[in-house]
Amino acid sequence: MTTAGSRPTPAGRPTPPGTGGAPTPPGNRATGVTSEDLVTYALRLGDDALIMAQRLGSLVTNLPELEEDLAVANIALDLLGQARALLTYAGQLEGKGRGEDELALERDEREFLNVQLVELPDRDFAVTMGRLLLFSTYQLGLYRALTGSRDETLAGVAAKAAKEVAYHRDHAEHWVVRLGDGTEESHARMQAGLAEVWPYGAELFEVDAVQERLERAEVAPDLAALRPGWESSIGEVLAEATLEPVETSWEPSGGRRGLHTESFGYLLAEMQHLRRSHPGARW
Amino acid sequence: MVSDLEEARAAAAAVTDPEVPVLTIEDLGVLRGVEEAGDGRVVVTITPTYSGCPAMEVIARQVEEAVRAAGFAAVEVRTVLSPPWTTDWLTEAGRRKLAEAGIAPPARTSRSGTGTRVPVALGLRCPRCGSTSTRIVSRFGATACKAVHACRACGEPFEEFKAL
Repeated sequence: MTTAGSRPTPAGRPTPPGTGGAPTPPGNRATGVTSEDLVTYALRLGDDALIMAQRLGSLVTNLPELEEDLAVANIALDLLGQARALLTYAGQLEGKGRGEDELALERDEREFLNVQLVELPDRDFAVTMGRLLLFSTYQLGLYRALTGSRDETLAGVAAKAAKEVAYHRDHAEHWVVRLGDGTEESHARMQAGLAEVWPYGAELFEVDAVQERLERAEVAPDLAALRPGWESSIGEVLAEATLEPVETSWEPSGGRRGLHTESFGYLLAEMQHLRRSHPGARW
Repeated sequence: MVSDLEEARAAAAAVTDPEVPVLTIEDLGVLRGVEEAGDGRVVVTITPTYSGCPAMEVIARQVEEAVRAAGFAAVEVRTVLSPPWTTDWLTEAGRRKLAEAGIAPPARTSRSGTGTRVPVALGLRCPRCGSTSTRIVSRFGATACKAVHACRACGEPFEEFKAL
């Protein structure tokens, strides 16, 4: 699996990371939730990480400075690693013989369960960093809480990922403060970038029947309980950046049900092109 | 059988990190165990430094080859994520080798990890001239595990193996 759609999977790869050597049996009896719900959850988290990695990876060589190319490539790589573990787990639970590559590169648009926030196009660097702030702050709270999940595989992925995401958030925070509390031009663009991504933040905390069941089984963290921390943490950054909180009642949604925005089809076309044009191609 | 397993362990432990070749996977704390399965296979367990670390695939392959070359026909390399790797697992030898290679060893991590800010190493020592008058250039470097710093005293840039 690759971020830029230009590199097929290396052949002869070792077993993808799990928390133990043997795959967890589908329908994880310890937690009492159905394997369908668990597959959905692993896909939601995995698709968020995968699509965010794809968006970030495609910016490399177009960023304002060399250090930024390296930083964004590293963040994308961490997210891709998280996506690989989560999609591999989803494939094992599903039991239809699909692995990370089939799930990432052969599903159609309506089968992707990522939030719309991660698929938004990077119109401006301020959009990229504003979005990364909202997303990494969410991931940090989520992964830390997920470390206590009754699902051992998810808890293992989360414990690893939480430490990485703290660096992503730190990076986004520095840029949002630097641009927001910068020149008149950078302040205006950062405020505009934030306004563009802000409404899509609500979907991160959306609770449907699947999420409710997973929360009750203590597999997924209580999203409602995570939201105040997310809001106050971002609020602190905005205050330091001299940026105004965004007032909006528009809360787009649908990603968790496979409904996506216009740019998502183009993103998938680029990400999946090689695999679809040359099925079975090996590196 | 015990001494045999020690040989397998020694072979696996000597594999180096392709991205930081001064370190063996034992120095790094990436090698988590070498055991014998009931059916006579040698099972080597490794853990990634970062979720997306591309070196893991190379390391897994080299471990398998090394243990095979030491005379073990059946080798399995398992990658586990839990417990998550931390730079605190770097051995003292590993920290010394990093410094000798001009890479500042990581600060010890605090295990609290509840705030949203990452720890900043204050007064990181320049591995070239020893000055603590250094500044961070970027928290992300040429590999996932490194940050880039610059020394105000000698003017040289240097890498830090960043705390995780």
